[in-house]
Amino acid sequence: MDADTNALAYSGRAPGHGVMAARARARGVWYYAETVLRGMRAYFWPILLYSVGQPLIYMVALGIGLGTLVQQGAGSVDGVDYLTFVAPALLVSTVVMSVTAEMTYPVMAGFKWQRLYHAPAASPLEPGQVALGHLVAVVIRFVLQSLVFWLVMLAFGAAPSGWAQSLLVVPVGVLTATAFGAPLQAYAATLRDEGFQFAFIQRFVVMPMFLFAGTFFPLSVLPTYLHWIGWISPVWHGTELARLASYGAPVSPLMLAVHLGFLLALTVGGVLAGVRVYTRRLHS
Amino acid sequence: MTEPVISAQGLRKEYGDFVAVDGIDFEVHPGESFGLLGPNGAGKSTTMRMIGGTLDRTGGQLRVLGLDPGRQGPEVRAHLGVVPQQDNLDEELRVRENIVMYGRYFGLPRSYLGPKADELLAFAQLEAKAKAKVDNLSGGMKRRLTIARGLVNEPRILLLDEPTTGLDPQARHVLWDRLFRLKEAGTTLVVTTHFMDEAEQLCDRLIVVDHGRIMAEGSPRQLIREHSTREVVEVRFGSQRNAQVVADLEGVGARNEVLPDRILVYTDDGEAALEEISRRGLHPITSLVRRSSLEDVFLRLTGRTLVD
Repeated sequence: MDADTNALAYSGRAPGHGVMAARARARGVWYYAETVLRGMRAYFWPILLYSVGQPLIYMVALGIGLGTLVQQGAGSVDGVDYLTFVAPALLVSTVVMSVTAEMTYPVMAGFKWQRLYHAPAASPLEPGQVALGHLVAVVIRFVLQSLVFWLVMLAFGAAPSGWAQSLLVVPVGVLTATAFGAPLQAYAATLRDEGFQFAFIQRFVVMPMFLFAGTFFPLSVLPTYLHWIGWISPVWHGTELARLASYGAPVSPLMLAVHLGFLLALTVGGVLAGVRVYTRRLHS
Repeated sequence: MTEPVISAQGLRKEYGDFVAVDGIDFEVHPGESFGLLGPNGAGKSTTMRMIGGTLDRTGGQLRVLGLDPGRQGPEVRAHLGVVPQQDNLDEELRVRENIVMYGRYFGLPRSYLGPKADELLAFAQLEAKAKAKVDNLSGGMKRRLTIARGLVNEPRILLLDEPTTGLDPQARHVLWDRLFRLKEAGTTLVVTTHFMDEAEQLCDRLIVVDHGRIMAEGSPRQLIREHSTREVVEVRFGSQRNAQVVADLEGVGARNEVLPDRILVYTDDGEAALEEISRRGLHPITSLVRRSSLEDVFLRLTGRTLVD
């Protein structure tokens, strides 16, 4: 079969090119996010398995297993049982670990390996929309992933403040993910080699945040000279907020503002930097 | 004369001290197939990217459909179809999805994209592969998919950067046929290539570029007439003897060109020249009479061959 090439070149069905450009200017971020989400569909089952399986494993191993020991020794932590104490922190940490995976190698694939970003860059989309679109798609994924984690928490009875207040762990998880993910995306976009730095980030940035930022024990247990790890870590700020949401952990209004401000500042700074780097890289 | 769809005056691109495009002027007219012929690194792709609004120029004027690609990037790119030198298909999407999702970047609704994707797959002769993974396509099929994808917005101008580099001869001919049909349908084609046969097949008019400058401009036939003779005799005496023999070939043709593996004798009558060569008692190992090509034009203009 052969197509009618004249109709192919001009069918009369397409909107004008000016309309196309106007739509791209207005909604380009969503258009690119749609593509990224479509691509994730290829990994739907692995992602789902990971999203449900990981919280289950952590809850059982750390909350119940380790929790039983802690319970026998210290009794309670921060006024609640260990499972309740550790669950919101695990939600935040696992989302941050996932965002690390999403904002490193896939960014490299976009610029270099599969050159995926170069396709939308030749369309009416602007590079900044490509950067934001990728982030938005990842955020949508983490809303779902955090929701699943929250449901697991509810099922284990690890969110005593009730579902209405504890549901706030979802936006907290997502905000923490962007606070770490957006700057990481901007940094990954500056790399022109094969991304050897990513393994380093995984080991020396993400793991210490996971281990020393108040996830498994309150920051106050650590000697004062190690507190800075928590202070500069989005994971600690996110974890404090998540604990406030899930069991009403004591957080002063001032600290609430500090936590939120820190996470928002990192997110906004990361996005602005990302837009700049993507523009420089795709349009030069 | 109709308004040009692309016009460049003194177009210039510098990267620090390096001048990639050194003040070039050209116009592309609607429905025309316009070529940029030159070796790798001549500034062809840089020029293409400036037209495509993904690279800012350092100087000069550039208008695409009356718009400035440096300032109205999205508007310019909405009018264009772009087929880049390196494939950038999304391997996580299926073949048909690659067209549909790309169409979304132009704000095109799904009601339009569904039938359009099917028409484009038919045009690219990929109907049977609609649900296949991109990974499983051959090189030629990937190129055709990239072209199909670039046509999803019904562009006025299709930019093709080295469209057949890396393809086998049969795949190239299939591709040229598709592009020829598009041109017949009124789409303006802008093609960069370092293959003279591609330029001769596809281009109505072309500029020969080297070191960021235009060396010559015209239709393939015009360029050959102006810068070469009608025919060329290629003679080989073995790599050792070529250089020695060239003095004896003086005066056989209009001029000679010595390449590492052969001597080119430029003449309007190849057979007569060949007879003259053997009359002079020279017996080449192989000899061949052929028509002059753009390769000869390039060699004449730059003293170098197109493909090293």
